[in-house]
Amino acid sequence: MMQALIGYIRGIGRRTVDRVWRMGVAARFFLLVLLHSGTSFRRFHLIIREIFTAGVLSLIIILVSGLFVGMVLGLQGYETLQTYGAEESLGVLVSLSLVRELGPVVAALLFASRAGSAITAEIGLMKATEQIAAMEMMAVDPIARVVAPRFWGAVISMPLLAALFSAMGVLGGYLVGVVLIGVDAGSFWSQMQAAVDFKEDIINGVIKSVVFGIAVTIIALFEGYDAPPTAEGVSRATTRTVVTSSLAILGLDFILTAFMFRGV
Amino acid sequence: MQRATLDLWVGLFVVAGIVAVLFLALKVGNLGGYDNGATYVVKASFDNIGGLKPRAPVKSAGVVVGRVADIGFDPKSYEALVTLSLSARYSFPQDSSAAIMTSGLLGEQYIALEAGGDEKMLANGDVLKITQGAVVLENLIGQFLYNKNDSQTEQAAP
Repeated sequence: MMQALIGYIRGIGRRTVDRVWRMGVAARFFLLVLLHSGTSFRRFHLIIREIFTAGVLSLIIILVSGLFVGMVLGLQGYETLQTYGAEESLGVLVSLSLVRELGPVVAALLFASRAGSAITAEIGLMKATEQIAAMEMMAVDPIARVVAPRFWGAVISMPLLAALFSAMGVLGGYLVGVVLIGVDAGSFWSQMQAAVDFKEDIINGVIKSVVFGIAVTIIALFEGYDAPPTAEGVSRATTRTVVTSSLAILGLDFILTAFMFRGV
Repeated sequence: MQRATLDLWVGLFVVAGIVAVLFLALKVGNLGGYDNGATYVVKASFDNIGGLKPRAPVKSAGVVVGRVADIGFDPKSYEALVTLSLSARYSFPQDSSAAIMTSGLLGEQYIALEAGGDEKMLANGDVLKITQGAVVLENLIGQFLYNKNDSQTEQAAP
């Protein structure tokens, strides 16, 4: 009985130590990526290639989701605001919720599942097929050649994608609210412009998306680099990337929101 | 993929992203309408500011001429000290008056600046002397009920 209890507590301890150890390795990995960034910036075409795979190829899903999220916000917001006779505030509702929260967060969630999982699978497979070991044999640093360009490509893409998401969402809200339902276009835009502050709302949204971009990419890269070099290992690492980065986005979003929008 | 096509796509993507940020800043945000040019600062104290917030608009004849820069409390006079930053394009007479108004029934509060007749103009750091604080709904209802009672007793008297 006593023995079983001690064994159980030992199990908790081992898991905790493992987690902390992994966190430490991930932090050192992050530092290593930053240290090797200089080399990858000198070979900028590598970063451009990664902006293409992470950013340009995610465009369709980001634009379409943004448009539909904005259209749904327009419909639902109109339903609720109408009961208070405040349907002119629809623009404020749509734009503030998109620029402050939904744009950065939903774009980052989509980015994690679209680009993050691809990064993990790619690097995990490169490791499983010993391409990374081969690079080390040829005295090519895999962090500088493979990891750092992917990091910067994704970190540059993320805020652009979030801005596109928000812009498409506002257009979607405009389509449903003004074109379809018939809210007055003038008050839709003017109330929006009166309520949305460039520094308080838009810049803070961009800062959020940069932070999410860094978090998602470093999780994806680390999971890929750390994956056991088997088919099962790569598949589990890909799953872990999506789960961990989604949780990280939501947690970070709460912390950032608490700091940014503590009611002026 | 060819290097040139890759560059083209990435270039298009980056341009689209920048256009989106500009759209958000100019069309959605307030960078377009309100110029962040030269301003001058005027102070005014109110007995009650109600729900006035920093960055609320200052309007004269309904046109936005500035913003509320700062709201403080004067511990000597026990009044709210509001700092207004007005656009340098507009100058107002020194005896202009400021009142806190509400746009619509439940809208945001703003400061209405009523021009006076003085020949001297407001300069940076001046203090507005004539002010009118926000109307507190509870007081208004209280006053209304009080007046109603009064008029009823008057009618009953003769």
